[in-house]
Amino acid sequence: MTVSTLLADLQLLTPELVLAVGAMALLLIGVYTKGEEKAAQRIMTLATALLILAAGLSVWMAQGPGGTAFHGAFVLDSFAMYAKTAVYLAGAVALVLAGHYLRTEQLARFEFPVLVTLAVLGMSFMVSANDLITLYLGLELQSLALYVLAAFNRDSLRASEAGLKYFVLGALSSGLLLYGSSLVYGFSGSTSFDAIAVAAAEGSQNLGLLFGLVFVVAGLAFKVSAAPFHMWTPDVYEGAPTPVAAFFATAPKLAAMVLLARVLMEPFGPMTEQWQQVTMVMAVLSMAFGSFGALMQSNIKRLMGYSSIGNMGYVLVGLSAGTALGLWSVLFYMTLYVIGVAGAFAVILSMRRSEGMVERIEDLSGLSQTRPALAWSMTALMFSIGGMPFMIGFFGKLFVFYAAVQAGLIWLVILAVIFSTISIAYYLRVIKVIWFDEPTGDFLPAPTGAAIISRLAALIAVSMPVVGIIIALVVNAGAGIGG
Amino acid sequence: MLGQLPILSAITFLPALGAVAILLLRALMRSEERAVLDRNAKGIALFVTLFVFALSLLMLVEFDAGQAGFQFVESLPWLPALGISYKMGVDGISVLFVVLTAFLLPICILSSWKLDKRVADYMAAFLLLETLVIGVFCALDMFLFYIFFEGSLIPMFLIIGVWGGQNRIYAAFKFFLYTFLGSVLMLAAMIVMFTQVGTTDIEVLLAHPFARDLQTWLWLAFFASFAVKMPMWPVHTWLPDAHVQAPTAGSVILAGILLKLGGYGFLRFSIPMFPNASEFFAPMVFILSIIAIVVTSLIAFRQTDIKKLIAYSSVAHMGFVTLGIFTMTELGVQGAIFQMLSHGVISAALFLCIGVIYDRFHTREISFYGGLVHKMPVYAAVFGLFAMANVGLPGTSGFIGEIMTMTGAFQVDPRVAAGAALGVIFSAVYMLVAYKKVVFGVVTNPKLEAATDLNAREWINLGVLAVLAVYFGFFSTPITDTTRASVDQLIQHYQSAQTVEAPAADAAPAETAAH
Repeated sequence: MTVSTLLADLQLLTPELVLAVGAMALLLIGVYTKGEEKAAQRIMTLATALLILAAGLSVWMAQGPGGTAFHGAFVLDSFAMYAKTAVYLAGAVALVLAGHYLRTEQLARFEFPVLVTLAVLGMSFMVSANDLITLYLGLELQSLALYVLAAFNRDSLRASEAGLKYFVLGALSSGLLLYGSSLVYGFSGSTSFDAIAVAAAEGSQNLGLLFGLVFVVAGLAFKVSAAPFHMWTPDVYEGAPTPVAAFFATAPKLAAMVLLARVLMEPFGPMTEQWQQVTMVMAVLSMAFGSFGALMQSNIKRLMGYSSIGNMGYVLVGLSAGTALGLWSVLFYMTLYVIGVAGAFAVILSMRRSEGMVERIEDLSGLSQTRPALAWSMTALMFSIGGMPFMIGFFGKLFVFYAAVQAGLIWLVILAVIFSTISIAYYLRVIKVIWFDEPTGDFLPAPTGAAIISRLAALIAVSMPVVGIIIALVVNAGAGIGG
Repeated sequence: MLGQLPILSAITFLPALGAVAILLLRALMRSEERAVLDRNAKGIALFVTLFVFALSLLMLVEFDAGQAGFQFVESLPWLPALGISYKMGVDGISVLFVVLTAFLLPICILSSWKLDKRVADYMAAFLLLETLVIGVFCALDMFLFYIFFEGSLIPMFLIIGVWGGQNRIYAAFKFFLYTFLGSVLMLAAMIVMFTQVGTTDIEVLLAHPFARDLQTWLWLAFFASFAVKMPMWPVHTWLPDAHVQAPTAGSVILAGILLKLGGYGFLRFSIPMFPNASEFFAPMVFILSIIAIVVTSLIAFRQTDIKKLIAYSSVAHMGFVTLGIFTMTELGVQGAIFQMLSHGVISAALFLCIGVIYDRFHTREISFYGGLVHKMPVYAAVFGLFAMANVGLPGTSGFIGEIMTMTGAFQVDPRVAAGAALGVIFSAVYMLVAYKKVVFGVVTNPKLEAATDLNAREWINLGVLAVLAVYFGFFSTPITDTTRASVDQLIQHYQSAQTVEAPAADAAPAETAAH
């Protein structure tokens, strides 16, 4: 490898390099700044700036042609660039949401933003993975940072439990993924996605490859919390500090789903008929567990956990199509989902009373009378996540269903629309509490970051004209792969 | 003059702008100034709805009734990836519903003038509802239609749930989930149609011949949605709950406009797009309609709650509408549209009448009342007029709608007309008995002694509706002339689809030849 090719390779990794070097630098600054509170605040600001810078860089790089680096182990196509920008921005939003919470809960330590930055770096590699090794490295970097974040409130029993649960199940899923990867490597002779695609096309009936595929999918399904690998989600969402749950629900979901889509569409593209059955089963199970599980929840974070399981089910409906249209619908749905969930968690982070944070659904009682702006925002966001028309979330569902019908999966769509009726019931319950019940107490004024993000997300949720722009971006991004 | 202006978009979205204005106003005002805010919210709402009504009248004047196709068409590309465009337009079938909606909204706002519970939200919800409902009637893109159709659940859910009666939460959920489940099946069918035809433009879809077996499935999916919305027996059970719990203005909108969405859907989608399936299922619809007319009339007779009684009577009247639509004769379809418009006026007025006494005595129990004629003579007269109109007394618009649909039904099958006629008799029984119990007799309940007659605001509302109910009872041509061209085209299209399709199914012509 000559210096010039190395430089050319590194150029493609500009945002990652900025993040990696930046994270190390932040760590150093944190260690040498006196006063924990001050260090935390400073690093928080710097890390947010770093993530926004990285997002800017990836937007800027999207003007370029992209390409592969390190002998095809790393790929930068329009798909990856889109996902990266979204992941960086989601990371920045999570940090903005976290600042006030961590300060008031006495959790302000400078490691938090550094860990988030490292997790985002891992995701950045995940979405660019073009090789099983890159895939695993990115996934692990992300996961290790997230395990620590889940247990960040180490004095809290629930947070420690959440961290441990997430770690054990995550390790199990990594094991499955590795086992699957080794099978794939054994039967295709390569870890490179391109070579696997060739092997898959030659022997689509290859049983060993199929076994490997199923294990890899199972491993990734853990990360996107698709049923039947969803068990950790509600517990971790509930136990982890709220801003951490907000982060879990957005950036890692997006990255893992994009990775899953790439793995299925690129190396295993020739085996669509085989994996389609797996994703369809996962889609139906996720929608079922998500919608029935959420009905009886009283904790809003658990509700969001089940809601995310259900929503991943809808995304998998789109992915099951196995077409370019399906891929677009996945990206589109995930984008809308991340916006909606970020807004919803911003509302949850505004649920603070004088005695501390509250997170029961009942605590939202009469919000429409005490905090009308917050109430309207949450209403719009809940309806949007639920896929109600007049909110942008509806178009996500429409696109996903359209892709599936186009691929002939009409029965899957009929099941999906029925589950969407069941799931709308629990979003309605939140809205019922907000609007129909009498107030039981007022919240403290919302922190500025959460207030801005919740209103902004709600505004996007009701701005139907925006949908056209997002679709255009998504179609442009999805043009890179699948075809 | 209006050719260049996007008048339909203006009519559709002005109310939403009004809602935004009210909400912004609240955001800018301090909570101490609530009285000022409430007054302003009412003012804005009334002004906007009246202005929209004026615009809709202007549109009606400009509307060319001789033309069967869509008019005032606006078309903008919107989401090419999903085939969705922003396309609006009205024809003879939809134009009067737009006017009806724009007409009833100011009445709703006026009837809620004394409300003092969360007024700003209330007015905003009603204005949003107006946008969504008018949008349904104007949309010429299938998904756009769906967005408005389904979106209208949101404000209505809030209206029932926040400002409703004792059991409002149950009623709101039932209303929402029933209609939502029906609609999502329609969504699935729409996606299938889109993949088949490659466009969501309703005008193109109207001309597209769908395969016969596909039509059956699509028809059933659309039926699931419209039958619940209508509502047809046996999926009508959400309606009595929703009506009883909704505030007066909510009931007016629900009965006056939202129930018409189902009938409009049948006319816009089911019949022209799936003509063969419509013919196949017509007997089933007849049977369901007759059951609806007879059974709900009998149920209405047993009600002790006057609002519930009117709600069941609405189900029965909607039975005439489905009956008329599926006769696919000119009289039947014209009658169905007439019946929908007339029911929009009469049921709205009846719910307002109930609102008048509910505002005074806070109960809807029939047994509570009696002898109101001595205390509120004007009210008794007005209520009597609308009760008669609801029964279908000649000289009121209710009569025209019923006689037209029944004549249409008679042309198809006399037995169907006979079944429907039973309903007319029953409706006279329950309505007159209820009216007698509430209005006539002697005042036995001391609480009624303090009753006061209609005030000026109630007078205006009910007076305007009374004039319309009587006027259209004598002069039905303004309505039938407006709808005729479009209805004729609809029927022609339907009949030609039957004959075009006939060679494909060999058995049918052979059988008729043998007779």
